[in-house]
Amino acid sequence: MAILARSVSLAALALVAAPLVAVTIRAGGLSLNGPDLAALRFTVLQAGLSALVSVALAVPVAKALARRRFPGRSLLITLMGAPFLLPVIVAVIGLITVFGRSGWISAALAVAGLPGLSIYGLHGVVIAHVFLNLPLAVRMILQAWLSVPSERFRLAASLGFSPGDIARHIERPMLAGVLPGALATIFAICLTSFAVALTLGGGPRATTLELAIYQAIRFDFDLGHAAGLSLVQTGIGAIAALLAWRLAAPPGFGGGLDRPFSLPAPDGWRRGADVGWLLLTTLFLMLPLAALMLRGLPGLAELPPSVWGASLRSVLVALISTLVTVSAGLILALAVARRDARGMELAAVLPLAVSGLVLGTGLFLIARPFVAPAQLALPVTVLVNAVMALPFVYRLLIQDARALEADYGRLAASLDLRGLARLRFLTLPRLARPLGFAAGVAAALSMGDLGVIALFASGQEATLPLLVQQLMGAYRTEAAAAAALVLIGLSFGLFWIFDAGGRHVQAR
Amino acid sequence: MRGGAMFRLDNLVLEQEGFRLSADWQAEPGARIAVIGPSGAGKSSLLAAIAGFYAPASGRVWLEGQELTGMVPGERPLSILFQDQNLFPHLTVAQNLGLGIRPDLRLSAADQARVAAALERVGLEGFGARKPAQLSGGQASRAALARVLLRARPLLLLDEPFAALGPALKGEMLALLAEVAGETGATVLMVTHDPQDAEEFAGLTVLVAEGVAAAPVTTGKLLADPPPALAAYLGPKN
Repeated sequence: MAILARSVSLAALALVAAPLVAVTIRAGGLSLNGPDLAALRFTVLQAGLSALVSVALAVPVAKALARRRFPGRSLLITLMGAPFLLPVIVAVIGLITVFGRSGWISAALAVAGLPGLSIYGLHGVVIAHVFLNLPLAVRMILQAWLSVPSERFRLAASLGFSPGDIARHIERPMLAGVLPGALATIFAICLTSFAVALTLGGGPRATTLELAIYQAIRFDFDLGHAAGLSLVQTGIGAIAALLAWRLAAPPGFGGGLDRPFSLPAPDGWRRGADVGWLLLTTLFLMLPLAALMLRGLPGLAELPPSVWGASLRSVLVALISTLVTVSAGLILALAVARRDARGMELAAVLPLAVSGLVLGTGLFLIARPFVAPAQLALPVTVLVNAVMALPFVYRLLIQDARALEADYGRLAASLDLRGLARLRFLTLPRLARPLGFAAGVAAALSMGDLGVIALFASGQEATLPLLVQQLMGAYRTEAAAAAALVLIGLSFGLFWIFDAGGRHVQAR
Repeated sequence: MRGGAMFRLDNLVLEQEGFRLSADWQAEPGARIAVIGPSGAGKSSLLAAIAGFYAPASGRVWLEGQELTGMVPGERPLSILFQDQNLFPHLTVAQNLGLGIRPDLRLSAADQARVAAALERVGLEGFGARKPAQLSGGQASRAALARVLLRARPLLLLDEPFAALGPALKGEMLALLAEVAGETGATVLMVTHDPQDAEEFAGLTVLVAEGVAAAPVTTGKLLADPPPALAAYLGPKN
């Protein structure tokens, strides 16, 4: 067990380190005043704006959710967890359908004789990032709100605090604790987001570092340049990830947000404002998905046959990478739970600091002398998806693994329960629920990933997200929306199967 | 059925932050020893060290000429019952007992008959298919004792396993424990905070106080004329 855990942590470290070394060796061709600097500036600008807007909007929404009770509240909170699992490319299509030049809002503006919107460029990238990360920000802030002991609010009520007093003495200090972490987390996520920049960015004024890496490889075939950009990207990505890690408590995925509480719920204009925030947010999050449905459903009948091959490839990639990452995450979590093993913990969370595209670039550089990259497209995607999901899987497992060890570690040891028997009779039955959930998250993340595959694939190996992007690029929007519907169904389907399976098996 | 064994703590020293406990004594095979003393003195730590859950700073643990000190918990020829969590809640009572025979639960028909017999022996006939959550506190204790019977190890350690039971039930369990210990011939060390348990069950008592686990002495004598540390723990007599 100890040897197994050590090998897994070494493998995870090597999978992050080796591509970085390859990238460092090949790095070159950077220009500090040309397009590279523009890409760096745009990357930081869009990530900063996305983080600021997401968090600024999340505060009133979280406040409304924290102090109001209404039918559908817990459903709304659950839905707030969904965009994390939503394939980015799907979200993008939905947003284009609503906010694009020929989208719903532009159509409404045209009726009023006003010019239409465009969703391409900085504001499009920011809108997409807010759509994807607002729910995460709401959940982080809501958690902080609900973690204030209700006695604090009781005391405030007994002292006759007005809502303003409560904000000043209780809520603002609480927000000061949680907002930096939320900002840093979303900043780090947006810094390395590739699919949004690929579809909504581009051109000299809206190119991110990730997009520049992709273009350097796919269009210019300038590997030194790609490696240099990767190095810069890793540098700022690592700083942001470190900041997020230091400032933020791990975001909760479920539970704990629905317990009884006694937050004061003031009437008057505040009530109206809360209702308004919740309605606007729900609309903003639901409209693009509804639009996608309306757009995609008619196209389902005439999907290109390539969709089915791509679906099969995507599902296989997702299943294999899920198996790899959940096994690795479980082995590491159990080992860390048994003895405080700092090195193993590091191996489990290190991938947070790098982007999948950079890992892919490094692996591309390593493998190129030996094999044609297209042949490696799927294996590398499996590997990178597994590595990138490892931190999430580990975080989802570690608490229950610790509890398992604390509650039953000694009993199992005294009965000499170990190896496969321990796995079968103790670990799997007692960890089935978090394992199922983690597997669902890993599968959905892998299913929706559009990153490495775009670097490598030549067409024969396209996964479903890549196919959707190609259909979009060919202006076959109806087919793209229909394929996106298939993608969304498969992603959530896989998630649901794993999650429900774990809950079903979980021993009581 | 295996007999009890000569049990020996050879200059054993336990050390943790701000905590130190030494023990140097031995006990005859089949001895029943209560371990008593103020909370925080190290009663549970002593048992944990004997069971192999943490390594002593120095010294050795012997059982019938065999040194236990370097062995992992599962290999030590002993059974241990904790304050709680003695049964896995997701396994049936029969499976929990079966773990005492083979941890991989590949039980032969003869093994299963032994499980059934052990259940019957502790008064839990027909409870094999239940989950621990469907047992009362007393029944759960009986199931754990049934597993001790099946394992039949020469040394039995108990860390206040009946502390959560009411007085009548506890008396019942101590009686059953005495029978189980008698049938396996095991040497028994039982941590308790209740001097009455010591009087009822154990002929000998080890006092753990002031950094020392003293050699076992006759329980009646110890309680009749307690040394200052024990007197302070017991409080003024009515």
